[in-house]
Amino acid sequence: MIYSDKVMDHFGNPRNVGVIADADGVGEVGNPVCGDVMKITIKVDDDRIGDIKFQTLGCGAAIATSSIVTEMAKGMTLAEAVAITKSQVAEELGGLPPAKMHCSVLATDGLKKAVDDYLVRHGREPIAVGTIAHDDPDFDPHAEDDGEHAH
Amino acid sequence: MTERSVYLDYAATTPADQRVVDAMLPYLTEHYGNANSMYRLGRDASRALEDARERVARAIGAARPDEVIFTSCGTESDNTAIIGLATAAGRTSGHIIVSAFEHHAVLEPAWRLGKQGFEVTELPPRPDGTVHPDDLAAALRDDTVLVSVMHGNNEIGTVQPIAELATLAHERGALLHTDAAQTLGKIDFDVAALGVDAASFSGHKIYAPKGTGALYLKGGTRMTPYLIGGGQESKRRSGTQNVAGAVAFATALELMDAERPAEGPRLAALRDRLVDGLLGRIEYAQLNAADAPVRLPHIANFVIPGVEGEAMLLHLDAAGIAVSTGSACSSGSLKPSHVLLSIGCPVEFAHGSLRVSLGRYTTEADVDYLLETLVPVVDRLRQMNPLYEKMVAGLAGAAD
Ligand SMILES: Cc1ncc(COP(=O)(O)O)c(C=O)c1O
Ligand code: FES
Repeated sequence: MIYSDKVMDHFGNPRNVGVIADADGVGEVGNPVCGDVMKITIKVDDDRIGDIKFQTLGCGAAIATSSIVTEMAKGMTLAEAVAITKSQVAEELGGLPPAKMHCSVLATDGLKKAVDDYLVRHGREPIAVGTIAHDDPDFDPHAEDDGEHAH
Repeated sequence: MTERSVYLDYAATTPADQRVVDAMLPYLTEHYGNANSMYRLGRDASRALEDARERVARAIGAARPDEVIFTSCGTESDNTAIIGLATAAGRTSGHIIVSAFEHHAVLEPAWRLGKQGFEVTELPPRPDGTVHPDDLAAALRDDTVLVSVMHGNNEIGTVQPIAELATLAHERGALLHTDAAQTLGKIDFDVAALGVDAASFSGHKIYAPKGTGALYLKGGTRMTPYLIGGGQESKRRSGTQNVAGAVAFATALELMDAERPAEGPRLAALRDRLVDGLLGRIEYAQLNAADAPVRLPHIANFVIPGVEGEAMLLHLDAAGIAVSTGSACSSGSLKPSHVLLSIGCPVEFAHGSLRVSLGRYTTEADVDYLLETLVPVVDRLRQMNPLYEKMVAGLAGAAD
């Protein structure tokens, strides 16, 4: 299994690592037992992602996808941010090994949760709920992939 | 970025020793005959092959040279022993016991037999990483035909009391096979002292090339051959013999045995330096199977809570260091190491496991370089772990 140069770059020099102390929204996904955990904190300005930081416990792909998602999301509107798909994340990184596609769901789900958290805190309707894979009690992050890509 | 290259994964494979390569090369180029041919080139090859067999037989304490069967790898030896011994004399059912932390080269054929009429018991090791004789005694049945327990475990380096286990198996009329891929040449290995009926070996763990191996089969033991065809190796393993590979295997084994009196203690001292250094410098780190009564001198397996193994591996690789992990993320199956789970290591700890294995070319400086490099890598990954503080509170609580 070989990671692309871009994955290795984001893994070795992850962007936007940390926690925003006075965050407007917080998204935490994963399960410490399977080892994949991610936390995203965001600052929202005018319904756009102003600042964003992450923390991730996981493999190289989990860290790299977290890093690139924060880069992609910065400056996006909330609606744009929750629409980021795992395939877009993989594409942005120059591809992911098939066995590692699922890792990118951690980052997209973390972002969705952070956005919804912000909206709910402000008495608004959440917009990502229902599309968050980790909310599905049957979701298995290590299950066979859903066919979005060829094996 | 450093240009340094530090290989600390000798349990995965070893480089071929130049002396081994020198000994084998003439059998690839000059003496290339088929050992089964009658003319001179063939006779030369056959002589070299039988000489290699005698040397291996002597080194492992076999009663006769023909108890040594050359194979293509440890996996082939394991597959042949498990399937060939269980199904000997046309047997199609019976009870087989394998330890739960065997290499997959033993587990997979056992599982296949389990689907084909045999009953398979997976015997768990105790938390000290050892298969306990009392547990085997309790698992043995009148219809048990075969017991397979590895001599040294490849992930955690614990050594099993094979002689005792063999006695127990024999008392109940079962054969005992041991996978000795990790112990041959590393610690004393003598088939007579261990009392085993069959044992598997792999060349690339002892500085011979990959794709070489051998199977010890005690004289008089019935076994259905796994590879059938031309009837080579006294009909027990068909296929034109890899004469160069057999010469390499014999040479490599003799070098291991000759150098072990000095090399064994040297490696054990390096391992202790590694264990003390790592446990001293990395908070909450633990040695897996720390209570094992006997362990191999060259393997140490750690749990480093709060990090994920693959991420740790990639950072070490960037610094030129090669090690391995039992993390789920790093395995093709995305399951954590069955070995670590079998000794009661929690899944989240297996996630942060690190196996370091030392060998012939490992120096103190290599061990120190790993320790120096690992400390900031672990700090960095722990800082990125959103649950680390919670985890630490739990770990501190558990220690009270
Ligand atoms: C304990 C054990 N058994 C069997 C094998 C398989 O040996 P080989 O790689 O020669 O097939 C290995 C090494 O991978 C091993 O460590
Ligand atoms: S986080 Fe487990 S495989 Fe990527």
